[in-house]
Amino acid sequence: MRRALDTKQKVGRWAINGVAGAAMAYLFAPVFVIVLFSFNNPEGKFNIVWSGFTLKNWANPFSHPELTDALVVSLQVAFFSTLIATLLGTCIALALSRYRFKGSGAVNLFLVLPLTSPEVVLGSSLATLFIARGVSFGIVTVIIAHVMFQVSFVAVTLRARIRGFDWSLEQAAMDLGATPRRAFWKVTFPLILPGVLAAALLSFALSIDDFIITFFNAGSLVTFPLQIFGASRVAIPPQINVLATMLLMGSIAIMVVGLIIESRRRRLNTGSERKR
Amino acid sequence: MVLVAIGVVALAADLITGALAVLLFGVMIASVVGIIWVAIMGGIETRRALAPYGLLKPGILWLSLFFLAPLWAMMEMSLSSKKSRFDFSPSFSWEWGNYSRALTDFGPQFGRSFLYAGIATILTLLIGYPLAYVIAFRGGKYRSLLLGLIAVPFFTSYLIRTLAWQNLLSDSGPVISVLETMKLENLMEWLHIMDNGRLINTPAAVIGGLTYNFLPFMILPIYVSLEKIDTRLIDASMDLYTSATGAFRRVVLPMSLPGIFAGSLLVFIPAAGDFVNAKFLGSPQTTMIGSSIQDQFLVQLNYPLAAAMSFVLMAIITASVLVYAKFMGTEDLT
Repeated sequence: MRRALDTKQKVGRWAINGVAGAAMAYLFAPVFVIVLFSFNNPEGKFNIVWSGFTLKNWANPFSHPELTDALVVSLQVAFFSTLIATLLGTCIALALSRYRFKGSGAVNLFLVLPLTSPEVVLGSSLATLFIARGVSFGIVTVIIAHVMFQVSFVAVTLRARIRGFDWSLEQAAMDLGATPRRAFWKVTFPLILPGVLAAALLSFALSIDDFIITFFNAGSLVTFPLQIFGASRVAIPPQINVLATMLLMGSIAIMVVGLIIESRRRRLNTGSERKR
Repeated sequence: MVLVAIGVVALAADLITGALAVLLFGVMIASVVGIIWVAIMGGIETRRALAPYGLLKPGILWLSLFFLAPLWAMMEMSLSSKKSRFDFSPSFSWEWGNYSRALTDFGPQFGRSFLYAGIATILTLLIGYPLAYVIAFRGGKYRSLLLGLIAVPFFTSYLIRTLAWQNLLSDSGPVISVLETMKLENLMEWLHIMDNGRLINTPAAVIGGLTYNFLPFMILPIYVSLEKIDTRLIDASMDLYTSATGAFRRVVLPMSLPGIFAGSLLVFIPAAGDFVNAKFLGSPQTTMIGSSIQDQFLVQLNYPLAAAMSFVLMAIITASVLVYAKFMGTEDLT
């Protein structure tokens, strides 16, 4: 039952909507600046003051090799670390949601710990271990560091997603004569796959964007965020904005595709339910 | 599995040396062989009972090696001493002096970190709650689209976003000129938001940057807890003659407390350790503890002191989380 709203309530409604709108604008202000300044024609080395529209940054987005190289390094690190972390994290999530066993509470707590520790502590402690053991820093140490926080992330998000999973489906497949392995790959895996992919994508994004933990464990390796940090004191070329806008467009595209697939699947599901 | 993990931690951190290490290694091997042997020889029941441990082992091993063992190594380092300024492999010696130095020399940095992170947490709550509320209750069919929109700014790099704020808050930037045309500079100076006509390099800029960068971590958990609320409960409370504010205070707010709790932790903890915002938007007078740790570790190469500082940071954060959990009455931390 909906009541007619009096004026005071209407004002209240609009006030909350107004605050939410302002919050949305606040979220998007820097994005607007980033995209706008990719078209800037800066006079000095720092792309901070607006001094005229140009398309030349977009015409040669890769004209700063050190930036492009750093981006490639970041993509490599993210690819390998996401692969390892998704594998390990999915196994943990499956174990936690599929089985009841002793010590699952401790495992849960253990998984949350890396996510609730400040990044400086994670980064510096791992680097301390590497230094104490005489491990030399490079791409391997960075991948190890990224997997460390990604495993927790994948396991926790995936576990939340498959919490309501109906495990009797697997049992049903086995009752129909499937081997446990076949039941897993033919029934369970396709059903949890969207969740696994979503967790993998998010942890990929975490890896590409990580700065603090990488900073401690990179040695002389330069990832995209490290390059920006190093460059920010010397020069900020507009190509940074161009590459950032490209990354943004790419991830928006992935997100839109995801939304479309999800809404289509939902429509299919409701359709089949209606038929019944 | 647990035995193996403990063993790996011990070996990696060089806790146990000599004969003990050999013994422990033997136990590890035996437990692995044991699991495999039972898995092969045992019936289907035992195999099922062992399955979760088998699935957990690789991931937990990784976390033990690269999350737990480092913490141990860092604790050891924090109690080590350097023989000279240029001794880069300090040796363990129960050197508690590192801790007293961390507290006395970096007191202001610790204070600032927790003050800034605390204010940023409150601000994200004030900004994020209405937004989560509107999306959850008034979003209708655009809910997932609006949630997606919140995530969009965070697909650009963290550092670039912060640089964009440098841009927005700079002396010739748009925020200053808006404030000037609205004649709000005096108010801003009075509120200590602006300092001598400047926004950039002030504490307010650093807090603003922290608030911005961690805002989604507040919005998403609050949204999740609001979304679960059955709106019929609100209708019911209004049928029982509560006002709209009463319904919010007695029904919606209590049910969204878990979201607020999770959100506050997800904002406060990373914000307290952050140093990017302080570096890009602040001045030497706004240095936070993260940046001091990074400086001691990577520039001064004073690993013991950096380790002690990290431990103090962890200890204060853990203590404040426990106090906060008690205050919020939440038992379920995960």
